[in-house]
Amino acid sequence: MAAHEITFEPDDRYNAFLTTCNKAPHGDGKLGGIAVAVKDNISTKGIETTCGSKILKGYIPPYDAHVVDLLKQSGAAIAGKTNMDEFGMGTTTENSSFGPTLNPCDITRVPGGSSGGSAAAIAAGMVRMALGTDTGGSIRCPAAFCGIVGLKPTYGRVSRYGLIAYANSLEQIGPMAQNVSDVSLLMQVIAGHDRRDTTSYNKPYTHIPSPDIKGIKIGIPQEYFGQGVDNNVAEVTKRAIFRLEELGATTVPCSIPSMEYALAAYYVTCTSEASSNLARFDGVRYGPAADTKKSWHDAYREVRESNFGTEVRRRIMLGTFALSSGYYGKYYAKAQVARENIKKDFSRIFSEVDVIAGPTMPTIAFKFGEKSDPLSMYLADILTVPANLAGIPAISVPCGTVEGMPVGLQIMGKPFEDERVVDVACAYEQVVSR
Amino acid sequence: MVTEKEVQHIAGLADIGINTEELAEFTSRFNAILDYFDVLDRVQGEGAVSCDLSNVMREDVVEPSLPQAEVLKNAGAQEDGFIKAPRVM
Repeated sequence: MAAHEITFEPDDRYNAFLTTCNKAPHGDGKLGGIAVAVKDNISTKGIETTCGSKILKGYIPPYDAHVVDLLKQSGAAIAGKTNMDEFGMGTTTENSSFGPTLNPCDITRVPGGSSGGSAAAIAAGMVRMALGTDTGGSIRCPAAFCGIVGLKPTYGRVSRYGLIAYANSLEQIGPMAQNVSDVSLLMQVIAGHDRRDTTSYNKPYTHIPSPDIKGIKIGIPQEYFGQGVDNNVAEVTKRAIFRLEELGATTVPCSIPSMEYALAAYYVTCTSEASSNLARFDGVRYGPAADTKKSWHDAYREVRESNFGTEVRRRIMLGTFALSSGYYGKYYAKAQVARENIKKDFSRIFSEVDVIAGPTMPTIAFKFGEKSDPLSMYLADILTVPANLAGIPAISVPCGTVEGMPVGLQIMGKPFEDERVVDVACAYEQVVSR
Repeated sequence: MVTEKEVQHIAGLADIGINTEELAEFTSRFNAILDYFDVLDRVQGEGAVSCDLSNVMREDVVEPSLPQAEVLKNAGAQEDGFIKAPRVM
């Protein structure tokens, strides 16, 4: 399978990579010889995989994630592992234990997160494509901030086997690239059924993007242009949607009332799942060793306190609290009702429109250190989390600039209509390039 | 409002460790986030999240798995082919 080898020695001035594979073997096939970067929370056999955390420093996975298997089978060369917010918990890549990634468009600004390393590696031209993961916007946010394309597939469309779990019910692995056709090509390789992920559906993706969007109906939710969304970002996005109308699409105003509590529902759900998932990091089976002479609570606490970053510890604690007896009903149970309401809102809107469009992020990329308190950071995810809560596909495609920084147009689709959001993004991209 | 004592209790439950210097800031930020979560009190509706998934079962038969040496490779402490953990008793 690995008949050839590429040399990959990039000038990584943006700290996009945690590990680079200087001699990357590859075979022949759809991605034959193409250097593909992989986010560092996706298991790669024999290549260190840290999730951007000191608690997995030195961990060498003994097996490949399903998507990495598929990349290898298609001839891709695994070029390296990209930087990320620790365990995917962040919107800027500032939460990496190994230093932040810089935004290639402006190094005083964050690249977005948590897949910031993947986005920066593509934006800087180090690789043609990369895998990211998206739990609450972690593919689309850095795609928007760095001016590239990123797709969060429908939940279940891409196997999560070998993805080191943060919030299982929300996260998906997805493709990131300079353009829509490469995103679509990478999606062809990674989508499909895998029996090792019990939430995997048998819906392969064989689509070739088509820019023909005549007659499609686009819902424009008022919440995506309201309070908290920067006026200039809203304007650029509206102009982009107008271009889609010129191509024959029609727009319909709509509303997602459940957006009011989407962000709270998201953070309660993801921290609850994280508090359970991250219990496994105790210094026993992998990572820095626990002191086996101590009692187990003492030994675990020491390893976890000194190796988890502040944000990871905060989220584990929030989740532990939200699930604790006496508070479960107030937080976790309510968040699940909210989540159901969000799904219902989307399904009501999708009975009348084909896709929903709006900005990916409410602002352009922040300056480093700009979001110093966690709640204001969380609020930046407001436009991306609804797609994760509902499990629907969503893509971010560059649609202009504000203050010289890229703005992303987000297109959300019906479940398993990833092809449709890709087509709308393709149509927009073709208009821009003309 | 969650008190510093409660934050310490939660940290204990999660085996997360929290030192006295960071306790005050952790508590105030925790409370700011919980205040924001209060919006969930207004949620109307019922029931669990619907999904189209069904249980995936298989026969309980042994399938190929990683060799023991591979599994042990990342463990901090080992003894006689087992992973060694801190004492429980």
